[in-house]
Amino acid sequence: MANTLALPLPRAWTPRLILTLLLAPALLWLVALIVLPHMQLALLSFRERVAPHEYEPSLGQYQTFFAEPLYWQVFVRTAVLSVTATALTLLVAFPIAWVITKVARGRASSLLFAICLIPFWVSETVRALGWLILLRESGVLPALLVKLGLTAMPPELLYHDATILTGLVYTSLLFMVVPLVSSLESLDNSLVEAAYDLGASGLAILRHIVIPHAAPGITAGCIVVFMLCLGNYLTPNLLGGKNSQWFTELIYTQFIVRFNWEQGAAFGFLLLGLSTAIVALGLRMSGQRFVDVMRRS
Amino acid sequence: MSVMDSERQVTAAGAAADLRVRRLTKNFAGHVAVNDLSFAVERGSFFSILGPSGCGKTTLLRMIAGFIEPDGGDILIGARSMREVAPNRRPVNMIFQQLALFPMMSVGENVEFGLARRNVPKAERVRRSHEMLERVGLAGAASKRVDELSGGQRQRVAIARSLVLEPTLLLLDEPLGALDLKLREHMKIELKQLQAAFGTTFVYITHDQSEALVLSSHVGVMNRGRFEQVGTPQELYYSPATAFVASFVGANNRVAGRLTQRSGAVATIETSEGWRVHARTSGAIATGSSVEAFIRPEAAHLERDASSLPEEHAKHVGVVESLLFDGANSAVLLREQSSRLPFRVALPQTGRLADLKVGERVHFSFDPSRAICFAAADG
Ligand SMILES: Nc1ncnc2c1ncn2[C@@H]1O[C@H](COP(=O)(O)OP(=O)(O)OP(=O)(O)O)[C@@H](O)[C@H]1O
Ligand SMILES: [Mg+2]
Repeated sequence: MANTLALPLPRAWTPRLILTLLLAPALLWLVALIVLPHMQLALLSFRERVAPHEYEPSLGQYQTFFAEPLYWQVFVRTAVLSVTATALTLLVAFPIAWVITKVARGRASSLLFAICLIPFWVSETVRALGWLILLRESGVLPALLVKLGLTAMPPELLYHDATILTGLVYTSLLFMVVPLVSSLESLDNSLVEAAYDLGASGLAILRHIVIPHAAPGITAGCIVVFMLCLGNYLTPNLLGGKNSQWFTELIYTQFIVRFNWEQGAAFGFLLLGLSTAIVALGLRMSGQRFVDVMRRS
Repeated sequence: MSVMDSERQVTAAGAAADLRVRRLTKNFAGHVAVNDLSFAVERGSFFSILGPSGCGKTTLLRMIAGFIEPDGGDILIGARSMREVAPNRRPVNMIFQQLALFPMMSVGENVEFGLARRNVPKAERVRRSHEMLERVGLAGAASKRVDELSGGQRQRVAIARSLVLEPTLLLLDEPLGALDLKLREHMKIELKQLQAAFGTTFVYITHDQSEALVLSSHVGVMNRGRFEQVGTPQELYYSPATAFVASFVGANNRVAGRLTQRSGAVATIETSEGWRVHARTSGAIATGSSVEAFIRPEAAHLERDASSLPEEHAKHVGVVESLLFDGANSAVLLREQSSRLPFRVALPQTGRLADLKVGERVHFSFDPSRAICFAAADG
């Protein structure tokens, strides 16, 4: 009779209830927008239309994928270009993150960070169109090259793989810089100095001190950028044009142009499988654990 | 040329100097951090740089290590000028205040790090790092992670990591600052023993005068980017060269006044309240100028009645204001009767006078030759 104000629930329940309530929106989002559509897609990908409104379970869609060279060639090409774009993004972002955290001081450092952020105030479509204006045959850059006398005719800079890669690196840069900055920020300067003092060269410091320390940030940035590139539709298609041959374009075609949802779903799952496999491989190779990476970045 | 050079070193410093600093200067945006500093450190000695916060100690040490480019002057390590020599090519190693052990490596890998950078083969590296860890009392710790060690053990790993490279000079920037008092006392003794065992020249920075006195063979007292005095701990304590050294090294009573009269080396100083004390003078001071006199707490005799004090010295009267019990370092804080100035006197270690009460009237005197006075900085 002493404690009539206590909740009518067993004590152990209360924290769990609060936790559930707090997580409810996220769980709802996860279930409604990710798990349910994927279950539906999975069902779609494993059936075949035998007659109007008649379906049978089948592996036909997956067989088509492996039987048709165009499909898996585009698939491999997308994977290779995405890995390349991720590596390039890392190479470009690392010095930027280093300057932001270790070289620039105070306001200069915040300003640099803001400069990395500014392009993202503009929508991706507008940014990609900006690239078009710069690079198309009658655009700014070819005109400049002609003016400088480097080429006689304005060169076609669009629709090359290099153009697609440039666009992807540009679009992904921030997502690499942010985790790198946060992991380099926690690197104690005196560790770098101590290594230098003990006779290490710049390269040895990078290899033995900086990269091991920043490894979780590097891995997190690479995972995010790789997934963004792999799943990107707009940039490869605008900058690569008809021959961009990006796998998302195939999915789009199946769903929207051909109304072959079954084939599109199968492609979607293949893409999911690919990104999972490559991320797992990357984690294995860098000796990181996914949970650690997500926690530390 | 090297023979000539090293001979000159020997004659200049009395023994071979491992470090010579010549007219070193460093400015930070108009603020002089290190001001035209010159000194030499003998081979195998434990040299401390003692000074208050912000006097430029770290700046000096980082210039020796090569992390800061001096504005002027030169640094010679083992008779070789360090101008244009990068930190990773200097025969010096530094122990950082926060130790800066590499958390991504095991203890053994930390110690091996410098050897690996010199391309010492793996087997040799492991052997030498084990040997070094054993010498600093950490045998068997090689496979441990850095964060599994206690503060004192980390300290020893940091020292092992540097000494395994057999540097000419080991620089230490307040390495005990992060430790608690008890461990600090312990590590102080350990550092001194390590230095004696290895024979490496240590240059040690501290703002703690007791650390400097206990550890060093020589101390440079630094103030505002310059050395006020360089000498043995005994010299600093018993014959300070400036008022700053007298007040910074060890406890001291400061009495400011005017020099009214002098007979031989002993001067009479009169405070504005009219209290007269006697002290020997340091340097030539004109009669009538303002001076500061310093009297060590343990230089004064304390008695309950004046007749027990030695006859030859002037006698003073004070009232006990507080008792500062600290075991063997116990003291009483008096107020001199005529001037109401505070005066600290050490209590005899025999336990005599341990029963003094606050408010009691006591008599004290001191030998003027153990008191020293300097011309006041503003006078
Ligand atoms: N990078 C810098 N830029 C500008 N001023 C600096 C810089 N480094 C040091 N200073 C200034 O130079 C002076 C000496 O600094 P230093 O760090 O050498 O002092 P310190 O004697 O080591 O002090 P502490 O005992 O507090 O460590 C200080 O006034 C400091 O503000
Ligand atoms: Mg300092």
